[in-house]
Amino acid sequence: MNQKNILPLYEIFIRSKRGLDHKHVGSLHAENSEQALEYARDVYTRRSEGVSIWVVLASDITASQEEDASSFYDPSDDKPYRHAMHYVLPEPINNM
Amino acid sequence: MTHFELSDAELEQRFQQRIDDEQKIEPKDWMPAAYRKNLIRQISQHAHSEVIGMQPEGNWLSRAPTLQRKMILLAKVQDEGGHGLYLYSAAETLGASREEMVDALHEGRAKYASIFNYPTLTWADIGTIGWLVDGAAIVNQISLQRTSYGPYARAMVRICKEESFHQRQGYESLIALVNGSDEQKAMAQDALNRWWWPSLMMFGPHDADSAHSGQSMKWKIKRKSNDSLRQDFVDQTVPQADFLGLHIPDEELKWNEERGHYDFGEIDWEEFARVVNGDGMCNRDRVRHHKKAQDDGAWVRDALRAYEQKKRANAEKAA
Amino acid sequence: MNEAIKTEQSALLNFVLAEADDALILGQRLIEWCYSAPYLEEDLAISNVCLDYLGRANNFYEYASELDTRKRSADQLAMLRDSREFSNLLIHELPIGDFAFTMARQFVLDVFYVEYLAVLMDSTDDRIAGIAAKSAKECDYHLRRSREWILRLGDGTEESHTRLQNGLNELWGYIPELFMQSEAEKQLMAQGVCADRAALQPAWDACVNEVLEQATLTRPDVSWKVSGGREGIHTETHGYLLADMQFLQRAYPGQQW
Repeated sequence: MNQKNILPLYEIFIRSKRGLDHKHVGSLHAENSEQALEYARDVYTRRSEGVSIWVVLASDITASQEEDASSFYDPSDDKPYRHAMHYVLPEPINNM
Repeated sequence: MTHFELSDAELEQRFQQRIDDEQKIEPKDWMPAAYRKNLIRQISQHAHSEVIGMQPEGNWLSRAPTLQRKMILLAKVQDEGGHGLYLYSAAETLGASREEMVDALHEGRAKYASIFNYPTLTWADIGTIGWLVDGAAIVNQISLQRTSYGPYARAMVRICKEESFHQRQGYESLIALVNGSDEQKAMAQDALNRWWWPSLMMFGPHDADSAHSGQSMKWKIKRKSNDSLRQDFVDQTVPQADFLGLHIPDEELKWNEERGHYDFGEIDWEEFARVVNGDGMCNRDRVRHHKKAQDDGAWVRDALRAYEQKKRANAEKAA
Repeated sequence: MNEAIKTEQSALLNFVLAEADDALILGQRLIEWCYSAPYLEEDLAISNVCLDYLGRANNFYEYASELDTRKRSADQLAMLRDSREFSNLLIHELPIGDFAFTMARQFVLDVFYVEYLAVLMDSTDDRIAGIAAKSAKECDYHLRRSREWILRLGDGTEESHTRLQNGLNELWGYIPELFMQSEAEKQLMAQGVCADRAALQPAWDACVNEVLEQATLTRPDVSWKVSGGREGIHTETHGYLLADMQFLQRAYPGQQW
């Protein structure tokens, strides 16, 4: 297949029900975002999995890189007080 | 600390540590080139199998005996296409394009499950494929839900959820046949006779002879060995065959009390090699059909692109 | 047959069967794309459309089965009637052709069915109204899809434009039949059971003309037109379609599947 035949790649995000976040479910190829939306319906919601779909051109996503990972995430590692499990509570109320 | 300061050996050690800790590897993580290559090979092969698998079953879509069976089969074949798409999507996170993968399929560099090189000759083949082929695939895919590469594992979770209906519809349609006329029963038995051994072959060579197994297990791309998955499949399938009153075509098949498993006969590995290497009934047809659909669709994809470009140009002019 | 059998059947059964036949025969044709479309995403999309048509057929056959004094099941109606007894309009049975022809057919039918089902939803027959309401929702999506394809292919490349124009030209003489009232429909009109097909033509023309113009296509001006589907007079491909579709029920009569 020749190069010009390649349709752009879109990443697909689906809100499975009202009140939940959109969640990444995979990708597909389409010529534009409208077509990507339509195909997302056919490909990723065949069993009524979604109430809302986002499509994003994969090349438009800026992602953090592995080499950034230490500066991105490590600083949080020393702030355990941000996490619920940091606080030890007595057993009877520990499901808080 | 950045990875520029780490040697490949140190990176690889961290990578392996992550795997040993049961953490998932994600697309942007550092990974050994061989891990990436191995995954692309396995995931694309898996994707091709789903897509090529649409053909033998699709072969009976126009002839399905009832309206319900026709709709069920179409929904199933459509699902296979969807699963192929989820898997291509997972492989694309590794930097392989779908076009490259499909080219490899057309040029014979990439394989797909050999079982789809057998012809579907009667309606009973459709039920039997659902029961055995999807059954075998599910055994494999359940273990792959825990594979170390995140996008592959997530695709597997999704696929497993959808596939449960595939095996059940196949088995249900066989129940109708074995409760039917003598001809229908004979049709079901004949299908089992033809599909049993190829189904066992789906799990691949013995562990000792499997080219990629050792490293794949260490990297947790594969979670269970070929032989152990095959044993799981036999153990779960024999009682299902008994329930149907069908005879599995293996005279050595018997329950081994001591092992707690069924013993079964040896696969005809010569036939396995023959079909893998292209001498199956349908190898050429399957790839030819896939390529023809691609080639016939080239003008459609060209038109899409041209139309989109015109639209953008007009929008820019207007702006 | 079949004039004898047909007059025996009620007008309502004839009407419901015709609706079922239209949907089944088109669904049977669309099946051929399910692993042969221009790319994988389209395989899935076109299969969804196909499933909608098969579902619509099934709903109408179930109702027809209840109306049938000969107590034939939905499957018997679909799988055991011969070509002369099938009353689908010819446009549904034409072979799929290339992707342009298929999309041209989907488009002209989708425009028709969006209008048609909107009327049928108000049928005085609750069962018909219910099936039409369900199908109408599906059809809105079908039209959105096929309309986009007409624009893309019409205003895409020279090749796609030519193919689509040829497809429309090939199709055009089968369209007048969509707007012809069958004998059954003439009988049922007074009770408000069915739609006045001829009355749908202006809306159809307006929508089709607009899209064709936007897609840089020419509305075909052909002098030929054929009809006969409702009377069981079909193209020669129809018999092959049935032979294929009905093979199992014919080869193994009376079995459960």
